[in-house]
Amino acid sequence: MRSKSAVTLAGVSALALYSSMAVGSKYNLPEPQSVIAKDIYDQHIVLLWICLVIFVGVFGVMFYSVLKHRKSLGYKAANFHHSTAVEIIWTVIPCLILVAMAYPATKTVIAMKDTSSPDMTIKATGYQWMWGYDYLQGEGEGISFYSKLSTPRAQVENKAPKGENYLLEVDNRVVVPVGKKVRIILTANDVIHAWWVPSLGIKQDAIPGFIRDTWFTADKPGIYRGQCAELCGKDHGFMPIVVEVMEASEYSKWVAQQGASAIKTSMHVEN
Amino acid sequence: MAAVHGDAHGHEHDDHHPSGIMRWITTTNHKDIGTMYLWFSFAMFLTGGTLALGIRAELFQPGIQILQPELFNQFTTLHGLIMVFGAIMPAFVGFANWQVPLMIGAPDMAFARMNNWSFWLLIPAATLLVSSFFLPGGAAAGGWTFYPPLSTQGGLGVDFMIFAVHILGASSIMGSINIITTILNMRAPGMTLMKMPMFVWTWLITAYLLVLVMPVLAGTVTMLLTDRHFGTSFFNAAGGGDPVMFQHIFWFFGHPEVYIMILPSFGIVSEVIPTFSRKPLFGYSSMVYATASIAILSCVVWAHHMFTAGMPAVGQLFFMYATMLIAVPTGVKVFNWTATMWRGSMSFETPMLFSIGFIFLFVIGGFSGVICAIVPIDIQVQDTYYVIAHFHYVLVSGSLFALFAGAYYWIPKWTGRMYNETLGKAHFWLSMFFFNLTFFVQHFLGLAGMPRRIPDYNLQFADFNMISSIGAFGFGMTQLLFLYVMINCIRSGEKAPQKPWDGATTLEWTHLPTPAPYHSFEKPPVVQ
Amino acid sequence: MVNSNNTKANVLMMKKLLVFTLIMFVFGYALVPFYEKFCEVTGINNLLKPDVSVNDKNWVDEERWVTVEFDANTRGLPWQFKPLQRSTRIHPGESITVMYEITNNSEREVIGQAIPSYSPRFLDKHLKKFECFCFTKQVLKSNETRQMPVQFVIEPGLPADINTVTISYTFFELPDGASTIKK
Ligand code: HEM
Ligand SMILES: [Cu+2]
Ligand SMILES: [Cu+2]
Repeated sequence: MRSKSAVTLAGVSALALYSSMAVGSKYNLPEPQSVIAKDIYDQHIVLLWICLVIFVGVFGVMFYSVLKHRKSLGYKAANFHHSTAVEIIWTVIPCLILVAMAYPATKTVIAMKDTSSPDMTIKATGYQWMWGYDYLQGEGEGISFYSKLSTPRAQVENKAPKGENYLLEVDNRVVVPVGKKVRIILTANDVIHAWWVPSLGIKQDAIPGFIRDTWFTADKPGIYRGQCAELCGKDHGFMPIVVEVMEASEYSKWVAQQGASAIKTSMHVEN
Repeated sequence: MAAVHGDAHGHEHDDHHPSGIMRWITTTNHKDIGTMYLWFSFAMFLTGGTLALGIRAELFQPGIQILQPELFNQFTTLHGLIMVFGAIMPAFVGFANWQVPLMIGAPDMAFARMNNWSFWLLIPAATLLVSSFFLPGGAAAGGWTFYPPLSTQGGLGVDFMIFAVHILGASSIMGSINIITTILNMRAPGMTLMKMPMFVWTWLITAYLLVLVMPVLAGTVTMLLTDRHFGTSFFNAAGGGDPVMFQHIFWFFGHPEVYIMILPSFGIVSEVIPTFSRKPLFGYSSMVYATASIAILSCVVWAHHMFTAGMPAVGQLFFMYATMLIAVPTGVKVFNWTATMWRGSMSFETPMLFSIGFIFLFVIGGFSGVICAIVPIDIQVQDTYYVIAHFHYVLVSGSLFALFAGAYYWIPKWTGRMYNETLGKAHFWLSMFFFNLTFFVQHFLGLAGMPRRIPDYNLQFADFNMISSIGAFGFGMTQLLFLYVMINCIRSGEKAPQKPWDGATTLEWTHLPTPAPYHSFEKPPVVQ
Repeated sequence: MVNSNNTKANVLMMKKLLVFTLIMFVFGYALVPFYEKFCEVTGINNLLKPDVSVNDKNWVDEERWVTVEFDANTRGLPWQFKPLQRSTRIHPGESITVMYEITNNSEREVIGQAIPSYSPRFLDKHLKKFECFCFTKQVLKSNETRQMPVQFVIEPGLPADINTVTISYTFFELPDGASTIKK
């Protein structure tokens, strides 16, 4: 019996060690780059702590019992089988904890849905298998292009070494100015896709025949990468999203350049 | 999983039924049918497991090596369908067939012939699913949730899947009608509802959930079928329909479905824990109420699977609150099990180990469930590996571990022989280790941004994917050990006494010899 | 085995459960109109608003400006479809007409039909369309171009925090001889 508890202990500590590998590594939510992403990040951390405390509490009791209340130690079983008071307590306390969790989440939900007063609007259209972007309103209005995976086929087939942004790089990035509220309108051409950029804290399905919207305001210039997040057929894993956030002046330059070069004329592909 | 009956009941009056294969085809005996359900589900478990190993082999390293994307999608789709409808659900029905009559003191199921049909329907359904890989265009590839318009695009494989789902649904509904009727009408004198063993209670509630939602699933797939072939446009925007409506109807079935797969496990664990703690179940009536409230709540939370589909804020908030509420009765169950163990006189045979493993890991799955219920966080993790980790913690270390616990617990009664305790424990510890190796890291993958259902990924995800794949192969191999332990037990296990577990109190242990005779409780026992 | 008394009770129970199953199957179908009604009431998908007559004048809120964006999509047909202006600024209550243009780029006659979608999704509660081409069959000969007006007013009841809205249309091909999509 001694050896059994040793095994249990070893198992538990192995598990703990193994989970600690993730702490502080790249294996958490990515560094948030917008207010919403920041809210999400913080709430997730708080929730993890709450869960951890409950977990340690419950399993502390259970494992104490497992170690002490054993037949092999000659422990005699008690014979109680209910206690209304205890049962009420352990129903009410979880309710209170849940209310505490729901409160900040509710505020964030309402903020996420607030797509009013955008500085610019971009439409993203999901295609099997790429994204199309149309700048509908605001600086850059009229710009329109497709954005496809630019990772060479040879890398996927293991015939060439894979680059740092393997499967997360595109030919044309979505460019937006920093600090501006960007509203994204989503639709799809064929099946459902989903537009997801983790560091900006947005994910929204793109549904054929309907439009949906969401928004973000990027805090810092940079390049933020994401992927399609709804199974859309064969190349679902190969239609990334890359957003490049620029300073306002840079952005204006980019817009001017786009105006000069040929812009996609029609707003859709033929299929 | 259970006895081949030949030697187990040789001394019984089984002279009046056919022998050989005809016996199994024509049998109306709940024990025979239970046995067939269990073997069938184990075969499906190995099939679905093989598909999972195919998926994990492809994901072992970045790049496409083994499965081309089309085939990869077929693998994930069929893995999900086969595990849910072919492995887990029939396994629980097998347990119900064996145990419900034994535990309530009934001679058999209420509708013996219908019982036979519900089982045999599974065979054509499974054949349809598995054979669809060999069709031109391959099997269905739109995920086990088969969202249109993607599933409207698919080929003949999708029609095979739809047909299979219809048949499986019919089988489940027949099975549930049988179970409800048996429980409500055929209990031994003196066994009031509030004296029923927890396993019976959980199955009663599960069976009600099944008749509630399986017909809705049948309706959904029928609409999909007519959309595909008969020009209706339920889910097609071009014809005035709406693809999101499919998701609503599907998840109206789908969420109760996940509870259909977990409630009977709660029942099994609630039998095993008191037995090996040698102490009655703590809070029996609150357990019953908790189960019922979980079942009711599970019908009003479906849209938590659709937080990114675009819903008004009020909708998101309603479904968030309702989902979080489910954590309360679930927590009550965990506290009750802990209190049952508290100051018991515990011993740790394999069924108990699997039950404790169940609680430990199921709670982790429950926590990640609450985290997924928080809309803003779910926006990040929906459709990523985080969700994969979540539902495997509740389905594999939840449902599956409970099934293992039940199998080890009741196998002596079914076969008259004991399993090998050392090997059983090895099975538990290896499963525990490899399960966590496989699925714990998937939480991090999801948080870091790896979407689910992709055949290839960025290099930053490489290390944890490799760990996960190694774990998956270990887990898969470990299940062959389970098969060995069971066969070994049936063939050459030591003879089991009537009540090998001294803490057991239910009728099958107290009133029946071991192995349970082919015809049991022909005269009902009296329960005080 | 089972005594006959029990059998009768069992069969009764089975019948009840079968009826229940049937009800739930029908309920699955009933979810369709229910969902449509629900979306209509809450304005979730805003398929179509019944048209209203132009005389239905509302007062114009001169204080307020709303930006209206126009969006166009095609699905599965060889047409070019675009609004002639991408966005405009109007006062709530003010009626306005914008033009959309479709061109058939193919060598064959194609029949299409458009369905609308709006953002924010409850917009249709505050959007009155007097004229619109959606849900009507459009037949375009090879290389034909057609302009189609949309006349509408955004009602002053539009919540104060909304200052940008989008009106979007998607054209679908209708199979030859198909009747129009009805809503
Ligand atoms: C050997 C054990 C198992 C392994 C290694 C395994 C692995 C996997 C993997 C790799 C995926 C696909 C991830 C993706 O979508 O890209 C998956 C999906 C899934 N698994 Fe398992 N699994 C196992 C057992 C089970 C069991 C016992 C169930 C029982 C219900 C189950 C239910 C599911 C479901 C429902 C899905 C989702 C399928 C879909 O989204 O199309 N799995 N599993
Ligand atoms: Cu996709
Ligand atoms: Cu759910």
